Amino acid sequence: MKTAERQFTSISGVPVEPVYGPQHLEELDPGRDLGAPGEFPYTRGIHRDMYRGKLWTMRQFSGFATPEETNRRYHYLLEQGQTGLSVAFDLPTLMGYDADHSLSQGEVGKCGAPISSLEDMEILFRGIPLGDVSVSMTINSPAAVLWAMYLAVAEQQGVAWTRLSGTLQNDILKEYIAQKEYIFPPRPSMRLVTDTIEFGARHTPKFNPISISGYHIREAGSTAVQELAFTLRDGIEYVDWALERGLPIDEFAPRLSFFFNAHSDFFEEIAKYRAARKIWAYAMRDRYGARSERSLKLRFHAQTAGCSLTWQQPYNNVVRTALQAMAAVLGGAQSLHTNSLDEAYALPGEHAVTIALRTQQVLAYESGVANTPDPLGGSYFLENLTLASEAAANDYIRRIDEMGGMIAAVEAGFPQSEIAQASYRYQCEVESGERTIVGVNRFQSEDQPIELLQIDGTSAQHQEKKLAALRRRRNDSEVRKTLDALKRAAEGTVNTMPFLLDAVRAYATLGEICDALRAVFGTYQETTHL
Amino acid sequence: MSTPIRVLVAKPGLDGHDRGAKIIARALRDAGMEVIYTGLRQTPEMIVNAALQEDVQVIGLSILSGAHNAIVPRVMELLREKDMGDVKVVVGGIIPDEDAEALKQDGVAAVFQPGASLDAIVSFIRSAV
Repeated sequence: MKTAERQFTSISGVPVEPVYGPQHLEELDPGRDLGAPGEFPYTRGIHRDMYRGKLWTMRQFSGFATPEETNRRYHYLLEQGQTGLSVAFDLPTLMGYDADHSLSQGEVGKCGAPISSLEDMEILFRGIPLGDVSVSMTINSPAAVLWAMYLAVAEQQGVAWTRLSGTLQNDILKEYIAQKEYIFPPRPSMRLVTDTIEFGARHTPKFNPISISGYHIREAGSTAVQELAFTLRDGIEYVDWALERGLPIDEFAPRLSFFFNAHSDFFEEIAKYRAARKIWAYAMRDRYGARSERSLKLRFHAQTAGCSLTWQQPYNNVVRTALQAMAAVLGGAQSLHTNSLDEAYALPGEHAVTIALRTQQVLAYESGVANTPDPLGGSYFLENLTLASEAAANDYIRRIDEMGGMIAAVEAGFPQSEIAQASYRYQCEVESGERTIVGVNRFQSEDQPIELLQIDGTSAQHQEKKLAALRRRRNDSEVRKTLDALKRAAEGTVNTMPFLLDAVRAYATLGEICDALRAVFGTYQETTHL
Repeated sequence: MSTPIRVLVAKPGLDGHDRGAKIIARALRDAGMEVIYTGLRQTPEMIVNAALQEDVQVIGLSILSGAHNAIVPRVMELLREKDMGDVKVVVGGIIPDEDAEALKQDGVAAVFQPGASLDAIVSFIRSAV
C-alpha cells in the first residue's frame, strides 16, 4: 500500500500523528502526571529502583491432563528457573462441575488441570513447599472453593497461612463482561468475592485475593482503552463492595492486584500500563481517601496476547511474544507469562514452553531493558499516548459511574456490546487487508508442522476412578453436615470462607459444594449481545 | 430474490470464549443470511432441537476447548437419528488437521481452522446450500 492511502492507527484504531514533539506535551505537568519512579502517581513505576531491586516474577500459566501430570510439569518449570507457579484449571473445574459430571464429558484435563476435590489439590502441590513458592490460580466463579482447598493443603504441609504468597484470580466481573465463565448471578458472586477479600485481609496478609483482569476483556476483542477502563472500573466496584462490608480501605486495598494483556502494538501497551497506575493512584487517593502508599500502587501481572498468535507459520509467534513481553517489561509489570509458539493449536508442549520462558530470561539478562526504571519515560509519543489513554479511559469510567456502576452496566450489556463492536471492526480490518497479519493475510507460505501436546481420554478415566474411590472412602455424614452448614451460611450474610474450609476438609467435592451454592444463589444466563 | 439461507450458530460445551462465534454470526448476517445464535453452553441435544425448530439449513459449531471429538460426533448422530441429514454442519475453532479429517469422514461439511477468512466461510455456506 502506498503511504498516501494508508491510515496510521494503533491496533486499537487510535490515530497516530506523523511526528511528535514538545507541542504534544504542552498539557503534561510532570509533578501531577508523572512523578519519579516509586512516587505518586506512580506513572513511571511503583518502585524507585524497579527491576534493579528485583526482577519481575517469571510465571508460566500451566495445567493439563491430570493433577499428577501437572505436578510433574511444575517441578520441571521450577527446575528450569521459573520463579512462581500459575495454575490453569480445566473447564469443568472453572464451571464448578466434578470430572464425573455428564457436562464434563470430553472436557476433563483439556484446558487445564482437573481439580474435583482436596485430594486433587494435594496431588497438584505434592513436593512443592507452599511457604516458599508463590502460586497464582486462575479460577473465578468457584474461586473461594479452590482457595479453601489451597489453604487446606498449606495446613497439611504445616505452612502458616501468613506465609503464603500468591494470587487468586477471583475476578467475576470480567467473566460477565468477556470470558463468560460464570455460575451464579452477579450479586451473590460479588458477595463470594468480598468474602475472600475480607478473609484474606484477616488471615493471609501476603496473598492477593483478587487479580482484577483486563486480559480476558482484551482477548474478547476490546481495544486497549476499553481494557484499561473496564478493568479499573471493575476494581472500583470491588472496592465499593469491600467498603460496604465495613473493611477500612487501607486494610484490603494493598492486596488488590491487576492483570493486563500485553498485545502487539508496542507503544500503546506501554502507555496503557502507565495510565493504569496513574488512574488507580488518583482514584484510591481522591475517590476513597486511601492513605497507605501500598493502597495507591497498582501492581500487575501481564500475559502476552493469546489472540495475536497465529496458526499459520507458528514460529513467528516466538517473535510476537518477545515484542509483547518487552512492552510489558518496559511498562513495569511485576510478573509475566509469555505464551508458547504452539498455542494457536493446543496447550503448550514442553519444548515450546521452555522457549517462552527463555524469552523472558533473554529480556531480563541480555537486553538491558531492566537496567533502569521506565526507560521510555519522557518520549514525546509515549507521554502523549499515556495522557490520551488516561483521558479516554476516564471517559468510559464516568459513563459507567453514571449507569450506576459496573453491575448495572453489565446487566445493560454495555461493556459486552462495546467489545463486540471493537472485535468485529478489527476482524473486518483484517478481512479487507487494511490490517496486516504476517503469514495470515500477507506473506503467506507453506506451514512447517510442529509437535503438539496431545491429551487423550485416559485423563478423564483416571480422574473418574479417583473420584469414585474418594466418594467411597470419605465420611458421608461429615460431608452432608458441612454442606448443610455451608448452605445456611450462604443463605445468611456471614463470611462463607470458614464453611467452605470445613467442607473441603471433609472432602466434599467441588461439584457438591457448587451445587449447594447453586441451590441458594441460583444460576446466571446472559442475554446475548451480538 | 431467493429466500435467505438460515443458519444456527451454536457454542457447545462449557467454554465461554464466544468472540469467534459472535463475529461469524454477525458476518453471516451482514452477508444476508438469517442467523440464530444459541448463546453459550449448549448440549448436542439442545443444538439439534434448536436446528429442528428453527428449520435451518446450516449449523455452525464454534469449539475452542479441545472437546470437539466428544461433541461433534454426537451432533452428527442426533441429526441422523432425527432424519436431518440434509442440514449442513460447519465447525470452526482450534481443530487439529487429523481431527478435522475424522470429523469430515463423519459427515461434517467443512472445518475452518484459525486464520480462515470470513469471506471463505460465507462463500462455502453459499455454495453448500
